[in-house]
Amino acid sequence: MAKAKLSMRERYRLLTRDLDWEPTYVDPKKVYPYTRYEGIKIHDWDAWDDPFRLTIDSYCKYQAEKDKKLYAVIDGFAQGQGHLSLTDARYVNSLKLFLQGVTPLEYQAHRHFGYLARHLDGPGARFAALCQSIDELRHTQTEIHTISQYNKYYGGLHNWSRMHDRVWYLSVPKSFFDDGLSAGPFEFLTAISFSFEYFLTNLLFVPFMSGASFNGDLATMTFGFSAQSDESRHMTLGLEVLKFMLEQDEDNVPIIQDWVDKWFWRGYRLLGLVAAMMDYMLPRKIMSWKEAFELYLEQQMLEGLFPDLEYYGIRPPRHVEQAITEKEYMSHQVYWILYQFSFAASFNTTVPTDEELDWMSGAYPETFDRFYRPLWERARRLEEEGNRFFFRGLPMLCQTCQIPMGFSEPGDPSTLSIRTSQFRGERFNFCSDGCKWIFDREPEKYVQAWLPVHQIYQGNCGGTTIPEVLNWYGIQDGVDNGEYLTSPDKANWDKWHTGAVVGGA
Amino acid sequence: MTSKPNVRQVGVDLQDSEDSRALVEAIEEDNPDVNLIRMPGLVKMQIPGQLVIRRETVEQRMGREWETHEFQMNIVSYSGNISEWDDDQIVIKWEH
Repeated sequence: MAKAKLSMRERYRLLTRDLDWEPTYVDPKKVYPYTRYEGIKIHDWDAWDDPFRLTIDSYCKYQAEKDKKLYAVIDGFAQGQGHLSLTDARYVNSLKLFLQGVTPLEYQAHRHFGYLARHLDGPGARFAALCQSIDELRHTQTEIHTISQYNKYYGGLHNWSRMHDRVWYLSVPKSFFDDGLSAGPFEFLTAISFSFEYFLTNLLFVPFMSGASFNGDLATMTFGFSAQSDESRHMTLGLEVLKFMLEQDEDNVPIIQDWVDKWFWRGYRLLGLVAAMMDYMLPRKIMSWKEAFELYLEQQMLEGLFPDLEYYGIRPPRHVEQAITEKEYMSHQVYWILYQFSFAASFNTTVPTDEELDWMSGAYPETFDRFYRPLWERARRLEEEGNRFFFRGLPMLCQTCQIPMGFSEPGDPSTLSIRTSQFRGERFNFCSDGCKWIFDREPEKYVQAWLPVHQIYQGNCGGTTIPEVLNWYGIQDGVDNGEYLTSPDKANWDKWHTGAVVGGA
Repeated sequence: MTSKPNVRQVGVDLQDSEDSRALVEAIEEDNPDVNLIRMPGLVKMQIPGQLVIRRETVEQRMGREWETHEFQMNIVSYSGNISEWDDDQIVIKWEH
């Protein structure tokens, strides 16, 4: 074992440069046909650098270790009845949303990075994409394995893959990712690697995993941190790819600025679901959406990253000031949407407890007592009178983000925001300036959106009545959906925690 | 943001685990100004300017060999830009 080891830098160079060759008897443009049509100009793929300098041997070694650790925890969790140690059964609703909404995206990311691992011209970039492709498959699998522990005891988790393709609120993450998959490779990298993995990931994963930890969910916390350790590599790829494109040619700058603008707003709207999860679905809160937004987005990104990107001529994303304004109320608006439509969702919702309402008053002093406490108190009164409020009918959806139109005018929580555009003689509706701007850039793309409400009215969702549609979604009425307080999840949880002596079979 | 009033922060988030303890100590030793925040499951370390993780210091704290690639086992996230990652050290700082 005394053989002198090559340095990290040298090993990485040998893998990503030395093993590559220039095609001579086939035109390189035919070998890599997809990297020109978006207008991005790359002159020197060798300028690509990956700070991680990962090689196959170290990649496999550490990934195997991460998996071993995780599966040991999952075994311990199953053997020790870990599902009983949660703060409350209500917590599992955030896992339902995660498995239905995020896990299928991991799989799509696996597929698309596999495609990039073949089709990017530079070997360094291809290798980074290959590692990420394998990572994303690992995340898909570990998420399924981890959360399946809860499927033994809780509703709503049995049919997530089909639901992802069909259910109204899951069309929000699905259409977001489809938008990226159907773009060119450089836009995809800006959308997913930069905007999602670098710019917004901390807002998605870190609160989720800390939330799991704080709510006694050892299994999810462990898979989360295991996945997140790969995520730091993905973040690096995201920032690297952006700088690489910016450094290659000045003509790339305006194209990338447009993508940064578009994908900031697309990602931010998607994170509305995370905002609702953080403030409402975690029985024990780690931090409010507003605090997380200030820490991760305003402090780390706008004050940290963007001065760096200014050097290349990139300015902070368009419409970011509206997101800053919305931090005071966004989570309340999204959860109110989920609350009133949860008869058609594969998770339960409920009015926050008194302690939670007080916590929100403290976390949102400008808006909560004025606009949202009265709403929840009224909803609770109705619930207590046996009249649980559900919205009767189907909502109008934003053509771009596909969220029901429940957002307000920026800074004015009492006025509903509706924007419209005309295209080919038809009217299209949007929840915000950001979503309208995105549509107006590429109307030919967004007119093709599969809007769940339109699809129901067109008869493409199993029928026109609620039971027919729920059946087509794979949601068991009275088991998976609706009010938490009257749900089987709640009844089971109470039964498991009555303290009664149980033995035998 | 044009006035650039103070040095921008960078940082890393590590898993709050037995394994990370020696790492956290090594980072504190090499970066005396680091600000440490504990969140559920997480240790968040932030510092103005730059953050360095040195192999030698980590090895001393751990009492065994440690290669910088192993840092992946503990990292949850970071803020800033990885400006250097070689056999001896990892440096996180903004470039411009």
